[in-house]
Amino acid sequence: MKCGGFRVSYRSDEQIFDTYTPRVVLVVFLGLLFTIPMFASTYELDVLNRIGIAIIGALGLNILIGYTGQISIGHAAFLAVGAYTTAVLEAKIGLPFYLAIPAAALLTAAFGLLFGLPSLRLKGLYLAIATLAAHFITSYVIIHWERMTNGVLGLLVPPATVPVLGLPLDSDARIFYLIFALVIPATFVAKNLVRTKVGRAFIAIRDRDVAAEVIGVSLFKYKLLAFLISSFYAGVAGGLMAYHSRILFPDAFSLLVAIDYLAMVIIGGMGSILGSIFGAIFMTVLPEVLKLTATSLTGVYPQAFGFIASTRDVIFGLAIILFLMFEPQGLARIWLRVRSYWKLWPYSY
Amino acid sequence: MNEHLVFMLQLLITGVAVGGVYALMALGFVLIYKASNVVNFGPGELVLFGAYVSWATILQMRFPLYVAFPLTLLTSIALGLIIERGVLRPLIGQPIISVIMVTFGFASVIRGGLNMLWGSDTRPFPALFSSQPFHLGPVPVSPVHLWSFVIVLLLLGGFSLFFKFSLTGTAMRATADNQQVALSLGVSVKRMFALSWCIATVVSTLGGIILGNVRGGVDFSLADLGLKVFPVVILGGLDSVMGAIVGGVLIGVLENLSGGYLDPIFGGGVKEVAPFAVLVVILLFRPYGLFGKPEIERV
Repeated sequence: MKCGGFRVSYRSDEQIFDTYTPRVVLVVFLGLLFTIPMFASTYELDVLNRIGIAIIGALGLNILIGYTGQISIGHAAFLAVGAYTTAVLEAKIGLPFYLAIPAAALLTAAFGLLFGLPSLRLKGLYLAIATLAAHFITSYVIIHWERMTNGVLGLLVPPATVPVLGLPLDSDARIFYLIFALVIPATFVAKNLVRTKVGRAFIAIRDRDVAAEVIGVSLFKYKLLAFLISSFYAGVAGGLMAYHSRILFPDAFSLLVAIDYLAMVIIGGMGSILGSIFGAIFMTVLPEVLKLTATSLTGVYPQAFGFIASTRDVIFGLAIILFLMFEPQGLARIWLRVRSYWKLWPYSY
Repeated sequence: MNEHLVFMLQLLITGVAVGGVYALMALGFVLIYKASNVVNFGPGELVLFGAYVSWATILQMRFPLYVAFPLTLLTSIALGLIIERGVLRPLIGQPIISVIMVTFGFASVIRGGLNMLWGSDTRPFPALFSSQPFHLGPVPVSPVHLWSFVIVLLLLGGFSLFFKFSLTGTAMRATADNQQVALSLGVSVKRMFALSWCIATVVSTLGGIILGNVRGGVDFSLADLGLKVFPVVILGGLDSVMGAIVGGVLIGVLENLSGGYLDPIFGGGVKEVAPFAVLVVILLFRPYGLFGKPEIERV
């Protein structure tokens, strides 16, 4: 049993996992993850796919809010740009997914830079309001640029097709592989990004921007970089959304979606990669649990469905409030506590 | 008088009437921000709450107006107290993102709670004023608009007097100006926080009642209207009561004019987005607005 950290080389100090067990567990977990489509139902796969997409989006937002401290209420707009660009590239130009998603992500990143420009002059609250305005302007353009986006009628997206094999990823089981093949590198890159020079610069800006500038962190460069990376992630998530739902409506990118993503970051844990994953799972599974409860209760109380459906807002709001009051560092912190409790159990002293 | 002018005047009058309601919402927002540095991202839900409670007391429970009205106001005061005591006071000193998120949180709770209680159907609103238009010169004006504007003017005037002359109003201004000095002069800053929330919820409730009358019904789209408060307060200046009033009317007029003239060109919906376009421009050039204190920290 491990009872402390005794590191004798930089190499061992830099490791993410310092013992073999978590590495083996991780590999086994990932291996098992890819066998899921063989036995899970379509419904379960749908939920898992949405969790995967949410993880990528939440990672991006967490880099921006949790690590760099720049508040953005415009994440839904980033997702929308990614999703619609992918859809237009696939449906109208016929680019394959492995070109469409990167292209969309790059365009979203450029769009994110534009969003980020006000952050050079505005802080905190003002930045939040600026991103709110940008959200409304983006969603206006998406609704009214009908030649490109089909407006409220919805834009159909053909399924992604695997090259060489010509296999269309048209079912939840097939798109699952594409989504999780992107979730893993996204998590890996984010985890490592925040440990590098760039990540430390982000954290310095979050903690005190003036001090960061004084010690030589270029605010101009790193704030824009944070927006760039965050919106790149959102672009990837949006692109996957396009291929997963196969039809895009402007409604899917409302302000409520932006708030959902903010809630993922808050509930999961600001400034924690693991937290983004927990938050994404929590926020995706919570409505499903409520829905299932409602469906199972409709047999007993026929009116229960509408009632329980509207409890979603209440429970969601309460979750945010209670987490902020009692566990501001979110699920990631709870996980850490539980883990360290069991590590030394039963001799925790 | 030619048709164009009448059209414009009509847009102006509607704009001023709607802008009055925005001014009310913005007043609530600015009060809270000034007193406690809290940014309320759920102003729309407060309006929604007021509109639904007054609908419920008047039409569902069928109380006479002189009972229903005070009851609605009392409920909204209670709501203000609950929010301030239960949600925001524990978060004093937390980073701004937490405060923003918690306002989203209770907004969501209010929306869901109303939905659970009364469902999401559109509710007819008791018509307190006739909607039969009369002619002011050549321009048709509906009494609802006129009355709403008169009521808003009276309210804003009343609040201005309250802040200027009453002891509590002076204490509130003192708190907004400098909390420590106010504390040392014997002002209970906590009470002022609570009071500013109560005033904000009451003002929003009145705004909700007026909006319900103007639109002839309440539904959940009222909550979306609440976000218009941001262009208003940024234009007027985040910490200026005067700015809230002027900004409200300006934004109301602006969105109606842009809706009236630009909708045919851009194919509808300009009304919803024009205030936010203006917001971005103001943020870029004059982030403290027309009357706000220029306190932006540059880095």
